[in-house]
Amino acid sequence: MSPTSLDYIAEATPKPVARRLSGLSDRAIAWIFIAPTIALLLAINIFPLIWTVRLSFTNYRANQPNAPVEFVGIRNYVRILTDEDIWMTMQATAHFVIWTLVLQVVLGFGLAWLINRKFRGNDLWTTLIVLPMMLSPAVVGNFWTFLYQPQIGLFNAVVGFLSGVDPSSFSMIGDVALAPWAIIIVDTWMWTPFVMLICLAGLRSIPESIYEAAECDRASKWRQFWTITIPMVLPFLMLAVLFRGIENFKMFDLVVQLTGGGPGSITELTSINLKREAFEKWRTGYASAYAVILFVTVFGLASIYVKALNRVKER
Amino acid sequence: MSSYSITEPSGRQKWIAGTLVVVYTVVTLLPLLWIIATGFKSPSDAIAYPPKLVFEPTLEGYVNLFTTRTRATPEMLEQVGPPATWYDAIVRKYDMVIAGPSRYGERFLNSLIIGFGSTFLAILLGTMAAYAFSRFKVPLKDDLMFFILSTRMMPPIAVAIPIFLMYRQLGLSDTHLGMILLYTAVNLSLSVWLLKGFIDEIPVEYEEAALIDGYTRFQAFRKVVLPQAATGIASTAIFCLIFAWNEYAFAVLLTSGNAQTAPPFIPTIIGSGGQDWPAVAAGATLFLVPVMVFTILLRKHLLRGITFGAVRK
Repeated sequence: MSPTSLDYIAEATPKPVARRLSGLSDRAIAWIFIAPTIALLLAINIFPLIWTVRLSFTNYRANQPNAPVEFVGIRNYVRILTDEDIWMTMQATAHFVIWTLVLQVVLGFGLAWLINRKFRGNDLWTTLIVLPMMLSPAVVGNFWTFLYQPQIGLFNAVVGFLSGVDPSSFSMIGDVALAPWAIIIVDTWMWTPFVMLICLAGLRSIPESIYEAAECDRASKWRQFWTITIPMVLPFLMLAVLFRGIENFKMFDLVVQLTGGGPGSITELTSINLKREAFEKWRTGYASAYAVILFVTVFGLASIYVKALNRVKER
Repeated sequence: MSSYSITEPSGRQKWIAGTLVVVYTVVTLLPLLWIIATGFKSPSDAIAYPPKLVFEPTLEGYVNLFTTRTRATPEMLEQVGPPATWYDAIVRKYDMVIAGPSRYGERFLNSLIIGFGSTFLAILLGTMAAYAFSRFKVPLKDDLMFFILSTRMMPPIAVAIPIFLMYRQLGLSDTHLGMILLYTAVNLSLSVWLLKGFIDEIPVEYEEAALIDGYTRFQAFRKVVLPQAATGIASTAIFCLIFAWNEYAFAVLLTSGNAQTAPPFIPTIIGSGGQDWPAVAAGATLFLVPVMVFTILLRKHLLRGITFGAVRK
């Protein structure tokens, strides 16, 4: 910003005068404005987090508040990391996260690329595509159990119609082999638009002139796609993957309503498993250790990823 | 786009792209249309095999959503006389009488109170913090901004354990105030980040001119910055509202009787023999359609919020 006449006047005004003019000093206003936000976040995010860490070293049970609380050291952590059931839920979560990311990136980028062909009315269709992701995952997830019903469900009827398979012969949420895909399908249905929107922003940020220059150099469309489009959209795409990855690692509402973790515990993602330990079995100390492990995992993976993202951006 | 450009897609390309996008959109909207349609089906039509595309619309689902009913013997029906209202008449077809209102209305109202309350607070605090971060030299600014963002990475269930204990101690469990404070805290990260982006775009010169004219900082903030940022504030508010409206995990863990919102309630609507699908669909329709309408009306402003302001332009 180049210095304007205002800046000169501001600099020329003696400090005490300026202070009197503005009532409170800027510094005071800054703190008055920021303090409530920080205070609320400390009270409802940081304080609970510290409390969780403290609880994770005890055998506290929230349904027996008067029972004596013992300090058990790292026993909770050892038990979680050596528990095979928890490794199973971790695997289920990884399966869910990886496949939803793959499908959403492919579909989302594809859609964004198509919409960027600028056909007539593309704004309207973009808005309609976005609708599923704006809705309550729990309410929608609950309704999908109806669509997945073997005989009466719309999903089975459509799949049956298209493939010729008897619509009452398979149950997406009752079958051990199909249930993991049932949750992946609904999540992909819901969140592909998100990846699409970010990719679209990326595609639209590429200056036309680069393509024009490539066209003058007689680069083929195929070559333009791989040497211009993909590298320019990559930082955006990686950001979308980051947001979706974090969200799906925490996934709770949609899946709990769809399958409730079943059949058996085949779709029991870590958040559902954690909820069971904390609010059904009431092993509060143990669940707290579990929560800490999850948080550290998300935070660790996210920071490694952000480093990679920044390296891509710098290129 | 009238001038000829060598990078403009050809007519045929546009046509193919358009068709593919329209097909995807129609397929992806089917489940939503199915929810709305099911709300107007009779229970037998809703579970017909094969699924019925054409059916006679009825308001049974909506009546069942808002009432509780009891089965009546012929003598009882005799006693109460002919149905007094249209919704009575619908229920009588099944030899039932209306026993009273259901809890859906209350739950919906809770969603409104908690949604608007938390949005108001998140915007109030968020605008102030965003203004300070945007205009003043705040020590450790980047660290504080990252701290605010990182609060969003925690799984809700992980935070729910201590909050459950804390609220139990403070008497905030299952209260509107407790839920409003909680959703405010969750929404603050979004509102500070988005609003900072909007305020950054307002030229500082406007305020400087106001300061020279004798406004105090606070007056300048209120009379110059706020009106300029109005659109940004409004779209951020819609975003916070939609989050609070849709939230399920905290609501199901921390509320039960008094302050429960609609998302944990709708899946529990039970009829005879499992879920009463027309009533569930009716409840879902009333709950989801306002969000759809908002999204379509305010699409221009919403798209930026979706990408968390991380993607500008």
